[in-house]
Amino acid sequence: MEGTRVDRRPPETAPPAKGFRRALLLVERVTKETVWDCRMCGQCILHSTGLSCPMRCPKNLRNGPCGGTLQDGSCEVLPEMKCVWVAAWEGSRRLPLWRDHIQHVEPPVDWRLQGTSSWENLLTGRDRQVPEGWSGSARGSGS
Amino acid sequence: MTQEVPRSHLHRLLQAGEFVVTAELQTSDSADPARIAELAGTLRGKVDAVNCTDNSAAHAHIAAMAAARLLLDQGVEPVMQLVCRDRNRLALQADLLGAAALGVRNIVCMTGDDVSAGDHPETKPIYDLDSVQLIRMAKIMRDQGTYLSGRALTDAPSFLIGAVENPFAPPLEFRPMRLGTKIEAGAEFVQTQICFNLDKLRLFMARCGELGLLDHMSVLAGVFVPNSAAGARYLRDQVPGLDVPEHVIERMDSVPPEAQREEGIRLALEIVEAVRQIAGVSGIHLMTINHEEAIPRVVEGAGLLPRPRATDVAIA
Repeated sequence: MEGTRVDRRPPETAPPAKGFRRALLLVERVTKETVWDCRMCGQCILHSTGLSCPMRCPKNLRNGPCGGTLQDGSCEVLPEMKCVWVAAWEGSRRLPLWRDHIQHVEPPVDWRLQGTSSWENLLTGRDRQVPEGWSGSARGSGS
Repeated sequence: MTQEVPRSHLHRLLQAGEFVVTAELQTSDSADPARIAELAGTLRGKVDAVNCTDNSAAHAHIAAMAAARLLLDQGVEPVMQLVCRDRNRLALQADLLGAAALGVRNIVCMTGDDVSAGDHPETKPIYDLDSVQLIRMAKIMRDQGTYLSGRALTDAPSFLIGAVENPFAPPLEFRPMRLGTKIEAGAEFVQTQICFNLDKLRLFMARCGELGLLDHMSVLAGVFVPNSAAGARYLRDQVPGLDVPEHVIERMDSVPPEAQREEGIRLALEIVEAVRQIAGVSGIHLMTINHEEAIPRVVEGAGLLPRPRATDVAIA
């Protein structure tokens, strides 16, 4: 794949982003962690999930809920928390845009992007790079 | 389902429009293959295919792939379950390829119960992929003949790809749409979570019909055969996502303990009868806990014996 020279070291040991990139990362982190309890996966799909961060799901599910959602709509792993996907479904119905995106097949997570700025990755297109086999399968499937 | 070359006995039956019967193999904690042979003996000829669970309820058990091969040795067609909880994408692909090489032709992909539900809650959960991504990855290997990375396989596997869905847990409105996502990813059949609440299943199936999903996928309704009132309570209280209505518990409680096994079979038979009336249900998936001898009795009681070409597990 072209253009995938990404630092494979975990973010805490990678050289810190500098200058404008560092400022962007900090603004994103503070904003999104405060508002959405964002986990900084670096490949944000909040608009597809009714603004409910799927990485808050203890199983990191990006394509809908597991079968364990409790009858009251809470998470089976963290019963004090509302199921991320119950919130996603409700949130997606309230959004004026992107309501259908909740049906998209979301590609596997690129774990190398953890801790990086999804805004930067959006601008550079880095967050749309998927494994070659996946891109061969995903024609016209919204992913 | 499109009329293509059947990839398994189960696939052939679904294509033929048979009302299919699958069952879940009791898990085994034995290193002796005789245990699987014994369990297979109860089910051989009584069901069309048998699910081999993958560390069910987040407890370690014999590997699904090994159990599947042992079933094949016993003349029983396996459905290998594969969960995302325990393996990353490398290990999942290795197991898909290995299972295919051992003769497995049906798989069911799922997230898996969380480790917190099991007896090793301190372990590291993986969840590298989710179930939809796992379904797509299996389809990539089968149809494109490559790994997820794009690297070519020497010989591609041939699977009927299955999924699971829980029509009984929130968000109820989203679940049929979610099944559509699984179909788009590559799922060809689905086994549902255990059905006690028939109204919810009817609503789910009606919505799936409206969305046009039933032309692309076969739905097998999950039916549990309880062995006791305590067994029914266990499902209600210990298995997340299950909807066990109070009338089910009351009914099991209404008979003396020694009659509860029979009552469980009667209850299961009534549910089987009811789900057969629901448009779009293509079969049933039977489950029990410590009550495996009940499965042939339910199949027989429902008038679903003999199974079509039940001993024929030849692969096209």
